[in-house]
Amino acid sequence: MSKNIQQMVRLDRREALKAAGAGVLALGFATTAHATPEAAAEALSKVSGGAAASMSDKVTISLPEIAENGATVPVGVSVDSPMTADSYVKHIHVFAEGNPSPETISFNLTPTGKAEVNTRIRLSKTQNVLVAVVMNDGSVLTNKKEVKVTIGGCGG
Amino acid sequence: MNFKTITAAVAVLGAGLALSACNGANSTAAVDQVPNPYGDKVWSGYQTARAGVRAMQDDDFENPGMPVYDAAEELYNAADGEAGVSCADCHGAVDDATGGRKGIPMKGVAATYPAYDVEDHKPINVELRINKCRTKYQKAKPFKYESDAMLGMTGLIAKQSRGMPRMTTADSKGDVLNPFWKTGEAFYYQRRGQLDMACSHCHEDNAGNMVRAETLSQGQSNGFPTYRLKWQKPGSLHRRFRGCNKNIRAQPYGYGSDEYLALETYLAWRGRGLPVEGPSVRK
Amino acid sequence: MAKKPRVKLPKKAKAGDMIQVKTLASHNMETGNRKDKKGNKIPRLILNKFACTFKGAEVFSADMHPSVSANPYISFFITAKESGTYEFTWTDDNGKVTTVSNDMAVS
Repeated sequence: MSKNIQQMVRLDRREALKAAGAGVLALGFATTAHATPEAAAEALSKVSGGAAASMSDKVTISLPEIAENGATVPVGVSVDSPMTADSYVKHIHVFAEGNPSPETISFNLTPTGKAEVNTRIRLSKTQNVLVAVVMNDGSVLTNKKEVKVTIGGCGG
Repeated sequence: MNFKTITAAVAVLGAGLALSACNGANSTAAVDQVPNPYGDKVWSGYQTARAGVRAMQDDDFENPGMPVYDAAEELYNAADGEAGVSCADCHGAVDDATGGRKGIPMKGVAATYPAYDVEDHKPINVELRINKCRTKYQKAKPFKYESDAMLGMTGLIAKQSRGMPRMTTADSKGDVLNPFWKTGEAFYYQRRGQLDMACSHCHEDNAGNMVRAETLSQGQSNGFPTYRLKWQKPGSLHRRFRGCNKNIRAQPYGYGSDEYLALETYLAWRGRGLPVEGPSVRK
Repeated sequence: MAKKPRVKLPKKAKAGDMIQVKTLASHNMETGNRKDKKGNKIPRLILNKFACTFKGAEVFSADMHPSVSANPYISFFITAKESGTYEFTWTDDNGKVTTVSNDMAVS
């Protein structure tokens, strides 16, 4: 390969990295290590207070299959619960297994309305979003969903 | 073979490979096309945005840029500059269709700009028009082009024309904007930058196709200013021009530069018939 | 936070109505991981707490971390019970509190 083409290819790669970096840099995650599922599990056990956590389809996570942009990913959690003083959702914790720190947001609810929350979070890469729901009686329900986070072809 | 030819060859080959590689991979490439009064099929980036992004644009409340535009309405009503007048003093309330004291409403502005500036003998867009009013009539300091104040104000003004079709006659030979339309057209088809590509390569030849994970739009301007998720804040059309130019490794022009004004004039024509969507949300 | 946060809460409701409250704050949510042009880390500054109170009692709150997107959007549900003023507060890392109050009349 001639020197000029080598240069071109090297610059193209740098360009691609720059575009990738620019996309991720906006999140500020470019230079830090990423969390692991273990870190997320540990964070979960902290909030569950030692209670056994069980996967439950009473917890519904709405997340796009492919995130338009990792910087703003709409996420919704809905829990099948009567939300009365006897039985209600106390906390909804959202963990991102692949982010630098797994904690993203925790909601604290009271017996009113329904257990449905929506927000937007930053996801640094394709990963599982893990949700832990703590009920008023201390029981913990969980669920998780994978989100693909891509880098678009064009930045700017 | 000299360097330029090799570069061009590799660039075109590379671009061609990249563009064809993901072509059939994603079904969202199929787009609804909006017929425009002039017969060509034009469509806005809204059509290829995914449901989540569209939802953010459809609900004013969910539009993450809204607080910026709300703050601009306060600026609009506040007296500023040595003359101590506010925008509202001359133009009435921002949503006053009669245009207040001077009879110049904000409604319709975003649908028909860029306009021809008789003083400077060149196109003027909303941003530059705001600054002209500020310096000439309010005797106030101009806003910085990409400042929150300017973005808020242009978003607020775009909102007044929401749904109105973009209209321009700049393509007709007798129109006073025609020379600039021609310059903008030449810019659009001119190859530039290290990747030696023109706007048309992506936005005309390959609109609707995928480039990696992104569906190429027609590069329309009807949604600006837009809250781009990537920018995490609203941004102007010229900011997007600069980004596009930097992507193909071309030297970007300045905000409010003559080159971009001409391009903006041309793009307004390419998007004729599309509804003003501002302020929009894009990925 | 220069701009006032937006809150969507109906002005009127009937007792027992299921109401979706939407809130949108205007804030960069600086994570503390970004570097400026000179290579220095831009310090973290985020809104870390959101709370909704009614007649002095907390109805709903959220603890936010840097992974919450810029211009934080939070929505939740309440059951309309009695008329009164809802107070919405956002607190940043420096302890600065921004408050928005909205009334809702329940018939």
